[in-house]
Amino acid sequence: MIFEHNFIMGHLNYWLFIMLMMTGLFIVISRGNLIKKIVGLNIFQTSVFMFYISIGKVAGGTAPIFPMDMNINPSILYSNPLPHVLILTAIVVGIATTALGLALIVRIREAYGTIEDEEISLIEADEQKLETQSQLA
Amino acid sequence: MVALLALRMSHLFAVVMLAGVFSLLSALLLVLMDAVDVAFTEAAVGAGVSTVLMLSTMALTSRVQKPIKKSNLGAALAVSFAGLLLLYGTLDMPNFGSNNSPAQTHLSNLYLTNSPNEIGVPNVVTAILASYRGFDTLGETAVVFTAGVGVILLLSGLRRRKQKSDSKVG
Repeated sequence: MIFEHNFIMGHLNYWLFIMLMMTGLFIVISRGNLIKKIVGLNIFQTSVFMFYISIGKVAGGTAPIFPMDMNINPSILYSNPLPHVLILTAIVVGIATTALGLALIVRIREAYGTIEDEEISLIEADEQKLETQSQLA
Repeated sequence: MVALLALRMSHLFAVVMLAGVFSLLSALLLVLMDAVDVAFTEAAVGAGVSTVLMLSTMALTSRVQKPIKKSNLGAALAVSFAGLLLLYGTLDMPNFGSNNSPAQTHLSNLYLTNSPNEIGVPNVVTAILASYRGFDTLGETAVVFTAGVGVILLLSGLRRRKQKSDSKVG
């Protein structure tokens, strides 16, 4: 059943979006630069959005907008509007979190002089060492 | 695809531009999947606003990523494991575009048949967003407001502190 042409073509979209998602996750985990982590997070987010929208697509359907005079032709198929609404909300929330993350990055750069993950932890380790030394002395 | 390029590049300016291109391409895909409202929001917000935000952050910080030293084997393993789990999850999902999947049979028909009489707005997405799910949108505005206040609090005084440290040095 898995190897039928119909099944593969029907699920290819999900698989592509999952690959995109995993690319974004990999960027977030493996790259030390904080701006790049945010870019990865954005890629992850966008692929989840596309995944949702692809669930709501109806074959042969059209965008869920009625004609202006509201004469609705019952034979026209519309795609599912609910995922669109959810994702609209999610996009706006996503940009809000992105903005907050970038502002945090600016502050981190101000405090540490770098936006690399590893350098920040090195600086913190140094500071801790200094603190324990001063406590001993 | 573009996302893979963004993974490889170390020049941050190029990465941010590629992120914009990625958003724009995804907006095209969204149009193909009948989500026009979402597509133009994505094009405006994802390709427009977030690119501007990232560019301004880059202007305030640095432009080049340092090369990474530690190996990424653990990350790659974790990511591919999660990916495989998700792939396994899709095996039960309905085919793309199928008309009688659970997502299509319950709420959406209710919205599509009732909203012309109950709301009277041609765009069903608008009708749901502003009316049926109005509280959701209210919550969203609350989130955006909180984030805006947070950004202002984090960045206010940036210039003031910079001037103070300059005067200390000089």
